[in-house]
Amino acid sequence: MTIKQLSIFLENKPGALIAPCKLLAEAGINIQTFALADTREFGIFRIIVQDWQKAKDILLENGYPVKVTDLCAIEVEDRPGGLVSILEVLEKANVNVEYTYAFTAKFEGKGLVLFRFDNMEKAIEALTSAGVNVVRTSELFERLTSQS
Amino acid sequence: MRKESPNVPIHPASAMDFLPVDKLRELQFSRFSSILRRAYERVPLFRKRMDDLSLTPDDIKSLDDISKLPFTTKNDLRDNYPFGLFASPLHEIVRFHASSGTTGKPIVVAYTKEDVQDWATAMVRSFAACGVHVGDIVQNAYGYGLFTGGLGAHYGAEALGASVIPISGGNTDRQIMIMKDFGVTVICCTPSYFLHILDRAWELGVDLRELPLRIGVFGAEPWTEDMRHRIQNESGIKAYDIYGLSEIVGPGVAMECVYQAGPHIFEDMFYPEIIDPETGKVLPDGQEGELVLTTLCKRAMPMIRYRTRDITALIPDKCECGRTIRRLKRISRRSDDMLIIRGVNIYPSQIEAALLRVEGTLPHYLIVVDRQKGLDVLEVQVEVTPEVFSDTISAMEQLQKKLEHSIETITGLRAQVKLVAPKTLQRSEGKAKRVIDKRKM
Repeated sequence: MTIKQLSIFLENKPGALIAPCKLLAEAGINIQTFALADTREFGIFRIIVQDWQKAKDILLENGYPVKVTDLCAIEVEDRPGGLVSILEVLEKANVNVEYTYAFTAKFEGKGLVLFRFDNMEKAIEALTSAGVNVVRTSELFERLTSQS
Repeated sequence: MRKESPNVPIHPASAMDFLPVDKLRELQFSRFSSILRRAYERVPLFRKRMDDLSLTPDDIKSLDDISKLPFTTKNDLRDNYPFGLFASPLHEIVRFHASSGTTGKPIVVAYTKEDVQDWATAMVRSFAACGVHVGDIVQNAYGYGLFTGGLGAHYGAEALGASVIPISGGNTDRQIMIMKDFGVTVICCTPSYFLHILDRAWELGVDLRELPLRIGVFGAEPWTEDMRHRIQNESGIKAYDIYGLSEIVGPGVAMECVYQAGPHIFEDMFYPEIIDPETGKVLPDGQEGELVLTTLCKRAMPMIRYRTRDITALIPDKCECGRTIRRLKRISRRSDDMLIIRGVNIYPSQIEAALLRVEGTLPHYLIVVDRQKGLDVLEVQVEVTPEVFSDTISAMEQLQKKLEHSIETITGLRAQVKLVAPKTLQRSEGKAKRVIDKRKM
């Protein structure tokens, strides 16, 4: 039920972001979506790629600190209040959202949003029992590739 | 009585390590007398210094009288660059070494044929003390060249009968490949370079614990007990502290035995004293102060009461190995390294210890001291490793805080920890550069 995300430690300085992106580009790895969290001194670059194992090896070999984290990919209706209905489920379940970002692509009028929760298991249970579609990895990449 | 560790038979060259104390003192005094005479007769600086105090070699009638003699300092070596302190004619010199002169001229040291042999003997005793033997494959990653580390370890390991790989420093991937392919059992390098090898091996998927490597002979820079534990845990080897300095001979002045309880100083060759660095007064065993050494055998360039700037103590208790030669308390700082920040004295080794206390942080760090608006600011840059990296900003900020807290606990100073990307700090293949003091620039 979860999607693998790679997080990469970067210093907050010119050129820091392009270097790992170039490595992935050279290996023919496509970044499906990403988010950049930053502080004054450093940042965490979070990416979703299909072959995360290969991407991780390449980054580690080149000396980047990399972590693999499980995220939830959730279908969100593309209308006012679409996100609210998801957040309400989480609020009731007393789950905290650590961070979230989205895919730009839409599928059948629905958006796809990635979530990291403090308690992944509890969140997934609450969402599925509330009828929210938590998208599996295989399905996710099927959707992403069918659109390109 | 000598007590033999079951696995380590005593090497013949180590016999002098076990001399009865009274015999050792006699030998030290007779050697001291002749080296002092040699220095007085052949080196103008020593003669002048003693003449100024109306002293002649005959006034030194016992080991206690040594405290009457003047000290020699690094500046004396600089002032007499290049050959001014030689006690042998140039045609008897078979080897030169020199320090990397960070400020201006380097200091030059010289050896006669016998000096080179004596040095090799000191290194044989060093290797033997920590259990290196015939059949060991020694990867010598100390730099070969003007630096004494490379050739010093090389001659000693060869004289012991071990198989030496003179790989010198650098090219870490090749170091790891050869370590694996040759079945290396002993490595010689600086402890910070070994940590770099460990890091790189981890990246390459090589687990040093699965290799035959069992002994590390680490020196040429101060390091800490915490660093030893980290090295031993992560590589599965025994890490031994070797001590030496070019001015005296190079590596092999003192070396730890298998009990790892501080380096034993080869006292029959190097006469140690501990002094109060402020007053110059000799301190009793057990008290901490500056180490002062006299070379008891060196012909080409004798050193009389050389101030090492290293802060240590002579450990009076007997070591479990049975050696009668005294041990040095681990040298983790040099009086030269001391930084005064906001009036507080701190040593880089304290910062290192603080970082190591926080689980998972490898000690690749750089201390940057600056003055902003008239106030000293201490910044410690720490490289982030894959092990300590976590996915959330809050966890990384927590790590930063933990490191800052640890530094404050140990040094009493508030520091700003800056997390930097791996490999951005300069790697040492010789001595690590740990401090940038911008206040002096």
